[in-house]
Amino acid sequence: MPPRDARSLADEIASTLAGRRVTLMEVCGTHTVNLFRTGARSLLPPELRLISGPGCPVCVTGQGYVDLACELAAWPDVTVATYGDMIRVPGRTGSLEKQRGRGGDVTVVYSARDALRLARERPEHQVVFLAVGFETTTPATAATILEAEAGGVDNFFVLPGHKLVIPAMEALLAGGEVPIDGFLCPGHVSVIIGSAAYRPVAEKHGRPCVVAGFELAGMLEAVLMLVRQVVAGEARVENAYDLAVAEAGNAVARQLVDRVFRPAPAVWRAMGTLPASGLELKPAYRRYDARVHFGVAEGPDASPPGCRCGEVIQGKLDPPECGLFGVACTPLQPVGPCMVSSEGSCAAWYKYGRPGGGRGESR
Amino acid sequence: MIEDLKKTARDALEKTRATDSDAAGADEARVLMAHGGGGELTRELLAEHVLPRLDNALLRPLMDSAVLPPLDGRLCFTTDSFVVAPLVFPGGDIGRLAVCGTVNDLAVMGARPVALSLGLVIEEGLPLALLDRVLDSVAAAAAEAGVPVATGDTKVIERRGEDGLIINTAGVGVLPEGFTVDAGRIAAGDAVLVSGHLAEHGLAVLSVREGLAFETEIRSDAAPLNGLVEALLATGGDVKFLRDPTRGGLAGVLADLAEDSGLSLEIEEAALPLSRAVLGAAELLGLDPLTIANEGKVVAAVAAADAERVLAACRAHPLGRHAALVGRFTKAAPPLVELLTRGGGRRLVSRPYGEQLPRIC
Repeated sequence: MPPRDARSLADEIASTLAGRRVTLMEVCGTHTVNLFRTGARSLLPPELRLISGPGCPVCVTGQGYVDLACELAAWPDVTVATYGDMIRVPGRTGSLEKQRGRGGDVTVVYSARDALRLARERPEHQVVFLAVGFETTTPATAATILEAEAGGVDNFFVLPGHKLVIPAMEALLAGGEVPIDGFLCPGHVSVIIGSAAYRPVAEKHGRPCVVAGFELAGMLEAVLMLVRQVVAGEARVENAYDLAVAEAGNAVARQLVDRVFRPAPAVWRAMGTLPASGLELKPAYRRYDARVHFGVAEGPDASPPGCRCGEVIQGKLDPPECGLFGVACTPLQPVGPCMVSSEGSCAAWYKYGRPGGGRGESR
Repeated sequence: MIEDLKKTARDALEKTRATDSDAAGADEARVLMAHGGGGELTRELLAEHVLPRLDNALLRPLMDSAVLPPLDGRLCFTTDSFVVAPLVFPGGDIGRLAVCGTVNDLAVMGARPVALSLGLVIEEGLPLALLDRVLDSVAAAAAEAGVPVATGDTKVIERRGEDGLIINTAGVGVLPEGFTVDAGRIAAGDAVLVSGHLAEHGLAVLSVREGLAFETEIRSDAAPLNGLVEALLATGGDVKFLRDPTRGGLAGVLADLAEDSGLSLEIEEAALPLSRAVLGAAELLGLDPLTIANEGKVVAAVAAADAERVLAACRAHPLGRHAALVGRFTKAAPPLVELLTRGGGRRLVSRPYGEQLPRIC
């Protein structure tokens, strides 16, 4: 069946809603960006509200983690290897970028393996990889730790900060502060965890979940499936991205993660510590944990004064409703992580939205 | 003089090939502090490495200043410094970049470049073979543009990192009678022309940058644009504004255009010249191709009635084969750049900020 034309999908969404107000949360930062970038938001009817969830890996990382990374970067002979979008996130005493300016050794890498390669090339350095991200990046971190073990590399460490998507979705629903009628579920994460992983959200919490791809028509198709379920009073898991996502996900990748990591409580920015929502290294691999090796610990999570990123990542607030948005907080001088990351909700609203506020296509 | 330059270019290209294959040699000769000391080694560096490659009638007297012939018309004068890591990237190197950058700054004013200066700030330890390669590229690009390097300077500084070389070029050009780029003359309905595939330079450099290496067929588009601009202007069409979308990419130029003209722009996503390889790499890195640097493209604002004629001239030039009319100016207020997406949606295009950072997943 040929993919449907975006406008006809948008028309059907509007006619299915028939004026009913519905709020959907997109859990993935790439969806947030692509809903703007492809113009999808401008095609959707005003009664459909799309809110961003805790799906930007940089944004959900607590400030304590950023501070610890900055502290390590200042140690002599320590190289902090990080994904690019972590580098400008402001911590208590500045960002990794500022730390680099002060002489700290911070290197941008594109993968965990690049960090391991760096460790091999610089045997006199201790390389600490900032292991953040959701289920999409975790298997690569696990595989790299196994590779370091097999290769006897003893100057490679990770600062575990990985997070799990489903516990965050359940925490938001349990909190009950945000009216969410359904979830647009992340395509890349679902490749690993499988569409079946959302069943508890649908069955226990009665919210429809639809896994979506990242193209315009694919996203609109998933929105239509969600809207149909909401209007019909149903709550099932559906998969609008079956090209890439299987019901069972990728068992091999999950086994890899299970060998190295186990679920643990994790700190989410402004959401506090959520049980079993992150990953810690299993005892056999704890020597690769930078916290253990350097004997350091994370300080408390905190937000810069006035920054409301915590509410933004929980869908409680649209970015323009934050007093700092676009005035004190811009991509050039970001106050909070949602304005830093290319996946961040505030950055997407600032970049693609229209000045003057309002819904979807506005800033 | 042009014939002179063409021969130099041919020789230079052959040498580039030769140095590429020799570069594997173990005990490489390197630039020393003494090469900048003004003594015998300085003379040797100039006589054996720099001058033979750049030789032309303006440079040859080697006086304290080059003497240019009398020029008829208003002069344009520009300068730019070039810092790029790594020095060599797919499709070019810092030498090619340094010539094209300055030639293009003149070209997009509508000026005919007349002469360039070349300032080399070399870090001690730079392999001489790499310096030779860069100088060959300078010579080849200058010959392509038909502009001599009329004067220059070489300094050697202490080593600060690996393979350090900074190049400054300045250029003088002559403006043709009656032509001035002026965004203030742009009117609603005028067309926006882009001269070819976007985002190639920025992605080519990223593809070989430490920690980001990814396999790609994308090559830098660095090229001197004076010939192409001359061809556009020769149509007699009303070209009101020209700019090369370097850092900040097309998005940066479009945002400037909206600000300077006081008009909005409507850009058709489907009309943007983007290669499959660029779309793939940008997607992988989470970067917007509209914000990625180009070094051999021009963006033009053209009167609506002349747009097709100017486009045809652009496509007839080897550097403009993939040119396209990508949008038009409108009276919509406030002045913003809006992209009409493939699926019929709309979103804003804004000026990018700072360094483009690849995302996590």
